[in-house]
Amino acid sequence: MPPTTMSEPWRIVVAKPGLDGHDRGAKVVARALRDAGNEVIYTGLRRSAQQIVDTVRDEDARFLGLSSLSGAHEHLFPKVCELLKLQGLNDVIVFAGGIIPLGDREPLYACGIRAIFGPGTPTSEILEFIEQATQMDNNGVGQDSDWHWTSAT
Amino acid sequence: MTFEFLEQAKSGDRRSLARTLSALENRSIQIEEVLDIIGPVPTSANDDWQTLAITGAPGVGKSCLLDGLLRNWAQRGLRIAVLAVDPSSPRTGGALLGDRVRMTVVDDVGLNDLIYLRSVATRKASGSVPVIVEDMTKVLLALGWQRVVIETVGAGQSEVRCAALADRIVVVEGPARGDGIQAEKAGLLELADAVLVNKSDLPGAEIHADEIRESFELGAGNTPPVLLTSAIQGNGISEAAELLLTLLSSGRSTRARWRERLLAFHERKILESPQLDELLEKLAKGSILLDEALQIIGGESNE
Repeated sequence: MPPTTMSEPWRIVVAKPGLDGHDRGAKVVARALRDAGNEVIYTGLRRSAQQIVDTVRDEDARFLGLSSLSGAHEHLFPKVCELLKLQGLNDVIVFAGGIIPLGDREPLYACGIRAIFGPGTPTSEILEFIEQATQMDNNGVGQDSDWHWTSAT
Repeated sequence: MTFEFLEQAKSGDRRSLARTLSALENRSIQIEEVLDIIGPVPTSANDDWQTLAITGAPGVGKSCLLDGLLRNWAQRGLRIAVLAVDPSSPRTGGALLGDRVRMTVVDDVGLNDLIYLRSVATRKASGSVPVIVEDMTKVLLALGWQRVVIETVGAGQSEVRCAALADRIVVVEGPARGDGIQAEKAGLLELADAVLVNKSDLPGAEIHADEIRESFELGAGNTPPVLLTSAIQGNGISEAAELLLTLLSSGRSTRARWRERLLAFHERKILESPQLDELLEKLAKGSILLDEALQIIGGESNE
């Protein structure tokens, strides 16, 4: 259910870490999140892990969505998670998308990423994830939940 | 309810600052409670402004230009906070806040300790954004940010009102934005303490600047400075940064600004009335008249 006039909209940072220049996916997701009533802060292309974490901190975001199509997710996503924890941003819920092979996903879940969406994911699935992730209060990147969303893609 | 984050914000923690601003935005805390803990808003030394609004039509280059100005000011060692106000969708209440894409100064490791950038959405049900922006401004000043810049699209009432709350208003224009009459009829220009005609690398910028100057000279009082800039090429930025830092009020719009403030606070009173929903319901059903509703809301807030 999208936030109504009574509840406050979620603040969600959508970020493109690393050097890949393809942000159509990130924009589609940003748009879908916005249309569901959220406040989406888009960082633009080619951000470093530190820049992304600074943005999450300064914008007081509840969610962080990371997109990568370059294959650098194995390095960049854990780095972002690590910096979030280092800065005490443990309650931020992190999800990811792009070209993330199935075999690469377990270690990312282990870093605290709560969902990974592949190509062809309906945007409604991402919205369902957002909804579910906030049902429990220990789904942040540095919190003790071992829950993660199981995506069909 | 305790507000530990206020103490942490006071000691300089930026996460807690961000939280404090969210709490104000969500109305889960009152500005008075915040200031009680973090301390009062300092008064400005001499006549320098503490808050500056940068406004203008979409696409004239406000964010790019501000990025250049911030870089210049931060290099002088000033601590500056920016509230980038963007509209929420009236249909869904969501917002896409993209000002950071152009504000690369926040990525500059040498300067980003001196810059705090926060995106603010106008939110669906809240015509009281200007008041919230003013509260946020107070908090930032009280926490030692020396100047606060409010960036807002100069279209739409609540955006103009956000601008009207600032000590100074800078209007950004672009080239080829219509003839001189367009400049005359644009209400925003009447509030300007300075005008930057951006994209001066494109044809028509100089002519447009002249038209604005001419229009100002027809009016009474001090004429606001009109400068040419090109954010993308970096032309005129350091001159503009220098001029804006010590910009004086043109004094032409004092009344108009108080009018906007008055309206903003009045609107907030109505929107925050606990009986608003009930009254809207009754009005929709036709069981009370508009006059009666106004009386009830007025009576509420006078208590």
